[in-house]
Amino acid sequence: METLFNHVMLSRLQFAFTAMFHILWPVLTVGLSLYILLEEIMWLRSGNKVYYQQARFWTRLFILNFAVGVVSGIPMEFQFGTNWSGFSSAGGDIFGHFLGFEASMAFMLEAAFLSIMVWGWERVPRIMHLLATAMVAFGSSLSAFWIMTANAWMQTPAGGSFESGRFVSASSLEAIFNSDMPWAVSHMWIACLEVTVFVVGGISAWHLIKGRRVKFFLRSFKIVVLSAIVITPLQIYLGDGSGRHIAKTQPTKLAAMESHWHTNAPDEGASWNFLAWPNKSKQKNDWAITVPNGLSLLITHSFHGQVQGLKDFPKEDQPPIWLPFYAFRIMIGLGMFFFFLTLWTLWVWRKGRLKPETVSGQTMLMLSWIIALPLSYVAVESGWITREVGRQPWIIYGILRTSDAASSLPSYTVGGSLLIFALIYGLLFFVFLFFARYIIKRGPE
Amino acid sequence: MNIDYLLSNLWLAIIGFFLLYYAVTDGFGLGVGILCLFSKKNEDQKMMINSLVYIWHTNQTWLVVVGGMLFGAFPLFYSILFSALYIPAVIMLLGLLLRGVSIDFYEHSRHMRFWAVTFGAGSLIAASAQGLALGGLLGGIAVRDGCFAGNVWDWANPFSFMISLGVITGYITLGCNYLILKTEGNLQKRVRGYAFLFSAITIGMSAAVFLGINLRYPQAGQKWLNMPEMLYMTVLLVPTGVGFIMLFRSLHRHQEAAPLFWNAATVVLGFTALSVNMYPYMIPNVISPVTIHEAAASRKTLISMLAVMAVLIPVMLFYTMYTYRVFRGKA
Repeated sequence: METLFNHVMLSRLQFAFTAMFHILWPVLTVGLSLYILLEEIMWLRSGNKVYYQQARFWTRLFILNFAVGVVSGIPMEFQFGTNWSGFSSAGGDIFGHFLGFEASMAFMLEAAFLSIMVWGWERVPRIMHLLATAMVAFGSSLSAFWIMTANAWMQTPAGGSFESGRFVSASSLEAIFNSDMPWAVSHMWIACLEVTVFVVGGISAWHLIKGRRVKFFLRSFKIVVLSAIVITPLQIYLGDGSGRHIAKTQPTKLAAMESHWHTNAPDEGASWNFLAWPNKSKQKNDWAITVPNGLSLLITHSFHGQVQGLKDFPKEDQPPIWLPFYAFRIMIGLGMFFFFLTLWTLWVWRKGRLKPETVSGQTMLMLSWIIALPLSYVAVESGWITREVGRQPWIIYGILRTSDAASSLPSYTVGGSLLIFALIYGLLFFVFLFFARYIIKRGPE
Repeated sequence: MNIDYLLSNLWLAIIGFFLLYYAVTDGFGLGVGILCLFSKKNEDQKMMINSLVYIWHTNQTWLVVVGGMLFGAFPLFYSILFSALYIPAVIMLLGLLLRGVSIDFYEHSRHMRFWAVTFGAGSLIAASAQGLALGGLLGGIAVRDGCFAGNVWDWANPFSFMISLGVITGYITLGCNYLILKTEGNLQKRVRGYAFLFSAITIGMSAAVFLGINLRYPQAGQKWLNMPEMLYMTVLLVPTGVGFIMLFRSLHRHQEAAPLFWNAATVVLGFTALSVNMYPYMIPNVISPVTIHEAAASRKTLISMLAVMAVLIPVMLFYTMYTYRVFRGKA
């Protein structure tokens, strides 16, 4: 009980909660702004009013989503100072200036052009409006780039050295191009697009089942299905690449994700635990359903490739096992499901059953798309749990421990703020759903 | 002057500029929000909110920029300040949250009165928390070995509450002067009346803060006895006074844009004077104050940030001005 209520644990819970709440919104902002941009370009090229209506309708949902993203995002930045002052002073030299770049390069761009994108339709020439939409889309992707770069630096710190309790920058470029950055940025950016595919697809499917505005929503549905052909398999490929990279740079995280205890001998393969019951105190799995040589194949693409096990590391350097292990499996399962759903939809489309007059018969398919909407968010959250819990006990991997990074605040202050955040975010979530439902139900003008 | 000193001074100036830009623009935003709380007529509230709806968000973003820049350029300051001011910081975030969602929900909802009130309440909460945080900083933060060494309630003292009141009246003044520019008719007439009153209160409050600081910190008071510091202070404070006179004059003459301009000028000059008065201390306290040079990031980081910001600042100013231009005119 003592560990649960100390200030470090409470600060971790608060950060985890506020971050898991916050990430719900920017993922859609990144993807939906690109979707709206696409519609607007098609409108300007063809002059067809349907595309204009598409852009206007999804913009209404976009602004509502954006608003919650912003108000829940500001606490993220300031929490580094309030709750993680040890991290801020030790890592601020690199991490802080990335956040500064994010705010001034990306977020400001997004914020300033957002007004024109949302309320400027009648006030500026069409081409200026297109530019505004493009800047919002660019700004939100750039914002994702900086945030992921900063987070990747916490996973694979580079570009300086740790001297007397402080990471001192030697090269900003090296810090930016830390080895995890390309994987982190691409995997997250594609995740944003994938969530958008299933949000737009799910909402469209709901209208299609109900037989409302069929032509309008069939169009948005088909656009996201077409993008899903690229996005869903690409995400699986990037996930595989990330995993193999983690095995090299953060062996404890990978071992926790796979609940893999013993490093395999050179002449035998590491088996993959499909499901397991990890037992950290005994340093083994109580039981496991395994695939022989599976892990070696996944990580090294060879039968006997070596994969380091958790027992190679002292117990105090091992992350928790349960959360990364199961969150990772949920993410993978969902990634596969999304790919399968895309294939299924393509097959139905090919059979000619995605026409305005036949689509209402596709109840099972449409229901799957509706279910995929919340599931796409679950996939993002599980990915983040795997990534962040797997990095423990480090806040900067191998350099600074999470327990040394927290501000030494009395527990009741952190507990109090956590409680208030939980209450207000909970309320906010329901108010958002209320207004979102209203916008979605009303449909396009 | 060695290069590290130059860099940290330069970064203090840049962040000071961002902070003042934020204080003026979100200051009038929060001020209008607070005024909303006391407005009985729905049409007035609608006009007030309409005057902000397109630009409040850009204005608020400067706070995020200030946060990020402070974190990067002065990591030690960032870590000490926010852990010491945990409670006002969290209150401010919640206030901004309430304000932000309220103004967006206001448009969608049928219960406009409700969201206008929460908008006002959020603005008031955020403004008072910012004042408490400023008070907590100016009142002094206990520091040992680069960490906050005080109590989480240290900021809760009469001095902070006075500054908080000063910030609230300052924001209301800015809000009134902004509404003079953006509205017409009865509402404009009414806020012009308020502008006189709140400007006068703000002047009194600011003078009291200056006096308090100079009495509390000997190193600040010394500035009045030494050249050239005395000259700097005079050069900044005399125009601040002139700015206030011009503010009253423009209000009296029923000018529309000039009051906001002069009000902004007094904020910028007054706060610059305050920083010069405190310099070189970034975290004041009587025993072991932290200077801006101690709080600054490494040379590499400051240079790399400087290179990027040299390009970025003009671009940011250009497109934010463009947004203001697109949405100019009466609400």
